[in-house]
Amino acid sequence: MDARDTPEQAELRRTARQLARQLGPRTVADLDDGKRSKRLAEAVRDAGWLELRHDGGDGAPLASGVEAAIIADALGEAVADVAFAGPVLAAELARRAGATPNDGAVVGFSPDLIDAAVVSGPATTTPVYAIDCATESLEAAYVLVPDGAGYRLAQVQVDGARDGADLTRTIRPIPAGAPLRAVAGQSRVLTRADLDSWATLGLALTSADLIGITRGVLDLTVAYAKERRQYGVPIGTFQAVQHLLAEARCLMEGAFSIALQASWAVDDLGPDEARNAGRVAKAYCARAARTACETAVQVHGGMGNTWDCIVHVYLRRALLASQWFGDDGEQLRQLQRTRLGAADGPS
Amino acid sequence: MDLRDSPAEAGFRARFRAWLAENNPGLPVSSADDEYWARQAEWHTALYDAGFFGLSWPSRFGGHDLPPVFDVILDEELAAAGAPPRPSLGYLVQGISTHASDAIKDRFLPGLISGRERWCQGFSEPDAGSDLAALRTTATLDGDEYVIHGHKIWTSYSDVADWCFLLARTDPGVPKHKGLSAFAVPMRQPGIEQRPLRMINGITTEFGQVLFDGARVAAGNMIGEPGEGWRVAMTIVSHEREPGELGYVARYAKAVKELEQAVRADPDAFRNDQRDAVAWAYVQAEMLRLHVCRRLSERLDRLDHGPGGSIDKLLMTWVEQTVGAAALAVAGSRAVVDAGDVALKVYLYSRAQSVMGGTSQIQKNIIATRILGLPAA
Repeated sequence: MDARDTPEQAELRRTARQLARQLGPRTVADLDDGKRSKRLAEAVRDAGWLELRHDGGDGAPLASGVEAAIIADALGEAVADVAFAGPVLAAELARRAGATPNDGAVVGFSPDLIDAAVVSGPATTTPVYAIDCATESLEAAYVLVPDGAGYRLAQVQVDGARDGADLTRTIRPIPAGAPLRAVAGQSRVLTRADLDSWATLGLALTSADLIGITRGVLDLTVAYAKERRQYGVPIGTFQAVQHLLAEARCLMEGAFSIALQASWAVDDLGPDEARNAGRVAKAYCARAARTACETAVQVHGGMGNTWDCIVHVYLRRALLASQWFGDDGEQLRQLQRTRLGAADGPS
Repeated sequence: MDLRDSPAEAGFRARFRAWLAENNPGLPVSSADDEYWARQAEWHTALYDAGFFGLSWPSRFGGHDLPPVFDVILDEELAAAGAPPRPSLGYLVQGISTHASDAIKDRFLPGLISGRERWCQGFSEPDAGSDLAALRTTATLDGDEYVIHGHKIWTSYSDVADWCFLLARTDPGVPKHKGLSAFAVPMRQPGIEQRPLRMINGITTEFGQVLFDGARVAAGNMIGEPGEGWRVAMTIVSHEREPGELGYVARYAKAVKELEQAVRADPDAFRNDQRDAVAWAYVQAEMLRLHVCRRLSERLDRLDHGPGGSIDKLLMTWVEQTVGAAALAVAGSRAVVDAGDVALKVYLYSRAQSVMGGTSQIQKNIIATRILGLPAA
């Protein structure tokens, strides 16, 4: 039992943080700098990070959930405007289905953004949401088609306009009526256990993203509290401000600890235990990030409520990361069902 | 990172689980019942004699030289079996190990760890709570002994203690942090008066006041050097704030397990918000279990006596108070119509967690100035 990074994981953490800080946006205006975001996307692709969950040759992925979460954390910390979790989650489904990987693919989600969309007919009948698409390539969104006791993959074309609260990742709504196309080379039917393990990866990556967001926004806000002066002294001198920031720091540490298990569970625990680990992590990380981001807005005062202050970029990213695969309320509802025997009520 | 048990850890877990199945004393909840403290000594010596206590401490003092994460296994198995938590005295071991002479370590650590000698901690005073360095208890050299006068408060289990880890002023002529020294004071002697305190949940055996009026301690029982008392105290309180040192993970996990069982027996008898409170208490308890696992893993790199304990203390406080609130929520009217209700007592006791071992406000001051680097107020 050892919760520490291996030397390789520690190195990956350093590298990923460095890259994300270097190429991520420092200001709201940077979000419009297409040259920078293109360099960031290329760097992420060249590092091989989008292929972490590709088949390593024996059916197992090239890298574990721990490595994927380390990168998600680093990208969240820098509010990096680059597709990562979207393509990685699509690759995870493709590998489990034995399909040929498609780097332009993401997963199409149900309107609550919690589950992969399930489609029974020849075309979609409700909107499907493609989350975290790369901006460059033409994309396909995977959906699930019932097949016996399991599911196979189909895809729909992503052509909706970019939308969503998060300014660093795209959500593209695909209206109902999109025709399904076959996904080539599928050799396996996806089981319930496959989808549970896949959802655990989703919970682990969104939790890691939330931890990164929490750390990033806290660092930024602590630095601001040391600079900004009122009554002739830095506002970080005041206990009222100090205590808000201290609480956020504690939440960040607790979130980091609980999410380590979720990222490890993706490949090392059975589907039920793994999903439970993902749920507790997500519930904690969602609340921690929300609190830290709201604290950051508060400590930045009036400026924190303006579009040009980067704090809302963190808060907005946290809102998507929280909702994606279910927010804290959803996780508690699922824990009520699995641990307390509560009936499966409406979501 | 690998959270699986190593073969050695799995073997230890199996041995401990088997022992626990035969030896769980079934004590009542520690924070809610005086009977717990009456029988806690038996539990300590039973755990120790079976080889399941002091796992990471040196074998020279009765420990087992195991990596610190073995305590995570201990806590997990204690909680799963519904057994009492391990005794909370790691912080005293850390204080003595870090500051005392070899002679003091050899004299006192084996009895402390085995439970053959019982200890209490005399730090706080009525006028020195958060401002600990303002303490006024004096220890005055008289031949080869110090004579003690003063009033200590919040001294847990002082009535059953053989020894007191006492912080006293030995030099009134220097600044307040520099005039303090630490001692191992024998408790069974004239010149010591015990006054128990009744807590808001009714328990009387945990906290007490101790009045020293001419009690004596051999000069050789000083822990650390003269004037080193503040540093000794800071080492102790930094570890007293760590759930990994206290073993409280087992306490919270056990409480959550019992709440889950109560709801699972008839889920529809509870409102959604009551079930949510229990689910959230489970999330919080899991956070602390994993946080302790991380902290004890990090000890493989180095043992840190620094301000990180304040973060752990706040996290632990939030867990205890979340669990206490969930117990109250699940109990509903039962906790109000019956003053002896366990949930009521657990809830009321949980309010002390944000005060004992340094208030939450003090922890936040420490985190803000020493971890975040914000300017002192």
